[in-house]
Amino acid sequence: MTISNNDNRYDRQTKLKAFGEAGQQKLLQAKVLVIGAGGLGCPALQYLVAAGVGTIGIVDDDRVSISNLHRQVLYGTADVGKPKVDCAALALQKLNSEVNIISFPVLLNTANALSILSGFDVVVDGTDNFATRYLINDACVLLKKPLVYGAISQFEGQLAIFNVPDINSQEASNYRDLFPQPPKDGEVANCAEAGVLGVLPGIIGTMMASEAIKLITHLGHPLCNKLFTYNLLNNQTYELEITPRPNTHLLIPANAAAFEQTDYEWLCASPMQAMEINIEKFNAFIEDGNATIVDVRELYELPMINEFEHLRIPMAGLFKDLDAFAEENIVVFCQSGIRSLKAAQQLSQFFGNAKTIYSLKNGIANWKKQQPTTTT
Amino acid sequence: MKLNVLIFGQLTDIFGVANLTLENIFDTNELVAKLIESYPALANITYLISVDKKVTTENIALTNNSTVALLPPFSGG
Repeated sequence: MTISNNDNRYDRQTKLKAFGEAGQQKLLQAKVLVIGAGGLGCPALQYLVAAGVGTIGIVDDDRVSISNLHRQVLYGTADVGKPKVDCAALALQKLNSEVNIISFPVLLNTANALSILSGFDVVVDGTDNFATRYLINDACVLLKKPLVYGAISQFEGQLAIFNVPDINSQEASNYRDLFPQPPKDGEVANCAEAGVLGVLPGIIGTMMASEAIKLITHLGHPLCNKLFTYNLLNNQTYELEITPRPNTHLLIPANAAAFEQTDYEWLCASPMQAMEINIEKFNAFIEDGNATIVDVRELYELPMINEFEHLRIPMAGLFKDLDAFAEENIVVFCQSGIRSLKAAQQLSQFFGNAKTIYSLKNGIANWKKQQPTTTT
Repeated sequence: MKLNVLIFGQLTDIFGVANLTLENIFDTNELVAKLIESYPALANITYLISVDKKVTTENIALTNNSTVALLPPFSGG
């Protein structure tokens, strides 16, 4: 389909000098995936389709319910009970039949995410739960896909573009640069529990479409490495600069195979606490070789330990080289078990459910006493 | 030394207000410790800290009239 066949459909936007026919061509060639056809997804889809994005994918496994209708404006009363992707595709095709619409009536999971996402240029996240949001973030990081992120809570909205460097920087941030780990289960209320004014996702979802269009057509200044917030009650906006953290990549599965093994529902459940272990368990880790064992004492502290392989990372440098914590099990020790418990708690807070952290109770001095006497 | 604190999202349920003005706090670690003293629920909540509109993950020195924002993650869609 060429633009000349479109009559005057896009005339009002191609007239804009900064957009023009060139911008329209870029939209026509773009493939945008909208995940979640709900409060954010509906307005985002409407504007992306109306603007003439060439291919639009929609992922949603849900059906329309009556309590959706105050904010999910693609659906009508007669749609209640029907699959959202079907109703959305029908309404959108009526709006603009020139757009190629691909429906995915599935729940996005680690088994299907990479194959679905890889067919698109830009991903728009309009989902409503942390497990899926972290899953989408990590998948987009792995695939290096631009991610337009939007989320709401009561009367406030957040908006950002991830995985795209801004003009001043080579580096791109992602959601884990803001919130490395998901909040604990039940800590943040969702729309069903906390309520939402219907027009708020309308505003944020429309802004998501706007950011996607800006990104695709190189228009203006998209929200790369920025988090934008909007408060509907007082019309205040606030924009934050995001600096990519050096350690964020450690929280994201390293490759497709690791991603597929990740349980995002579980990551979003209550995180594991650092655990103290006794000498027996400590020795079992030494024997099995399935843990990164770390001495957090200062380098000059005695006794020196040469009975087993371990790293020496004094407390002050704990977060300097997190790559060193390679295994899924991390065992830390110090002289008496006090500093190592603190280190374990800090590491546990950083790694969340991605790693299990243990601290040797009563310290290495006590462990040493229990060893058969050697010449030192 | 004056410090402005902006509070976002459901964190306002804990604070009861959307902004605070505090005196004589010199870095973000000290700020967090003081806030948890007055609002213990904050200790168990996920949020990010920005200082003068820059998201920060390390302890940052605060200056007169610094603005610190505390933002929780949103999941709603």
